[in-house]
Amino acid sequence: MSSRREILDLLRENARYTTEDIARLTDYSESEVAEIIEEFEEAGIIRGYQAVVDWNAVESDEERVRATVELNVTLDRETSYDDISDRIAKFPEVTSLRLVSGDYDFDLEVQGDSMREVSHFISDKIAPIPEITQTVTHYIMESYKEQGMEFDDHDDDDRLSVSP
Amino acid sequence: MTFEPADRVDSVPPSGIRRFFELAEEMDDIISLGVGEPDFSAPWAAREAAIASLERGQTSYTANRGKRELRERIADYEAATHGLQYDPDEEILVTAGASEGIDLAFRALLNPGDSVAIAQPCYVSYVPGATFAGIDVVDVPTRAEDEFKLTREVLESSGAAEADALVYCYPNNPTGATMTDEEMAAVAAFCREHDLLVFADEIYADLTYEHDHTSIATLPEMRERTVVFNGFSKAFAMTGFRLGYAMAPPAAIEAMNRIHQYSMLSAPTTAQHAAIEALDNCRDEVTDMAAQYDRRRKYVLTRFEEMGLDCFPAAGAFYAFPECPWDDASEFAESLLQEERVAVVPGTAFGAGGSGHLRVSYATGLGDLKEAMARIESFLD
Repeated sequence: MSSRREILDLLRENARYTTEDIARLTDYSESEVAEIIEEFEEAGIIRGYQAVVDWNAVESDEERVRATVELNVTLDRETSYDDISDRIAKFPEVTSLRLVSGDYDFDLEVQGDSMREVSHFISDKIAPIPEITQTVTHYIMESYKEQGMEFDDHDDDDRLSVSP
Repeated sequence: MTFEPADRVDSVPPSGIRRFFELAEEMDDIISLGVGEPDFSAPWAAREAAIASLERGQTSYTANRGKRELRERIADYEAATHGLQYDPDEEILVTAGASEGIDLAFRALLNPGDSVAIAQPCYVSYVPGATFAGIDVVDVPTRAEDEFKLTREVLESSGAAEADALVYCYPNNPTGATMTDEEMAAVAAFCREHDLLVFADEIYADLTYEHDHTSIATLPEMRERTVVFNGFSKAFAMTGFRLGYAMAPPAAIEAMNRIHQYSMLSAPTTAQHAAIEALDNCRDEVTDMAAQYDRRRKYVLTRFEEMGLDCFPAAGAFYAFPECPWDDASEFAESLLQEERVAVVPGTAFGAGGSGHLRVSYATGLGDLKEAMARIESFLD
């Protein structure tokens, strides 16, 4: 018997699966699938649906720059990680923000139209936050895998067309 | 003196899938549902182990029976997953694919003029393998109305009782049929009554979706008359590694090894290193792949139902075996290929009992599978 979790796996694999597709792939009926997805959405388990885009493959004059930024912070009695994250996450330039273990505290992903814009954002908006003690910016030069999807061109099926 | 095929070669017709293979190879942009192997690559850890073994220069022959470390892992794995208890020293032989094991069993355990009852439709190599060994074949055509399972009635009516051995593959290629405990117990009783050896191809044992796999060798008094074949090709998606194994009482393994040591010497060494890693660390990948096959199976069966195409509920391997809506399944498959560029294989390619059906492999990504099913639907309209 399929589990409700399987519906999440399928949507994670391809958010464009219709409720009809998912019903065919699981033991649920189409109406049950629709109901479960709605429950996931209402509970905030499903937060949204996005395409995984290989921006390097998009022909465009517009530059798109992404960077990951390591942030170190110092906490005091009045300030928690949540307080700092609330403040940073509000910026539209920030596409992801995670608290991590290890040498730094936050892992931030930033997107902008140019390296200059991203640099200015970090120096003007992020670095001045009082609790932040250090920022280290890494510009993303090439993406090979995003959200579980590999961006390679060598995934041709080289199996025999018909085999025993 | 010129080269002519020997009589035993000449007596075996070309494979029934060859024509479709040739037709499909001439075409671009086809979606193939004719593929009898996983669309997943071997788990990365197994591939890494193969690479590492090469880097370490582990390129020599191994023991004829296979690396002991691997035989131990196989014994543990079979005990844990299928309830089979075999001694790694005397009862396991590592082969170049399960197919080599079956060929060895035919040649090492039967004499020319003996006969094997082969449950059909079946993997394309069984009948030619028996012929090459000079063994007579008794066709045991399983029936759509029995969901392509082996039954006492089918065994009796086909004359299997007179044979020396029974050969079958469950979960089955090409039908996707599986056998429950009770159904397998009836086959075991028949084999005991008529003193048949059993060659049980269990290469798809880890790909069952409705109930657990039952190995006939776990049933009373069956272990001593059974050779079980398995391998890494299907569940671990390691077809190109060519690695399988046979498990049987010492006398059978000793006889099979006698041929193996002169023909193959030992199974590929690199593949054996990969297989050890696969058994140690890649079982989760097997579970994940099986879960994906199961989803695709549900999808394909539902789509056939929506198209009004009769298909029994295939419960194992990665094949569906729907009835062909045309009288001539080969003609249907050829037209489908020409007009819609979807390759399926007519059931006749797999021997008796396969006519009037199509083998549809769902070892294909869901995107392609969805498109292929839409094309089949459009073709039927």
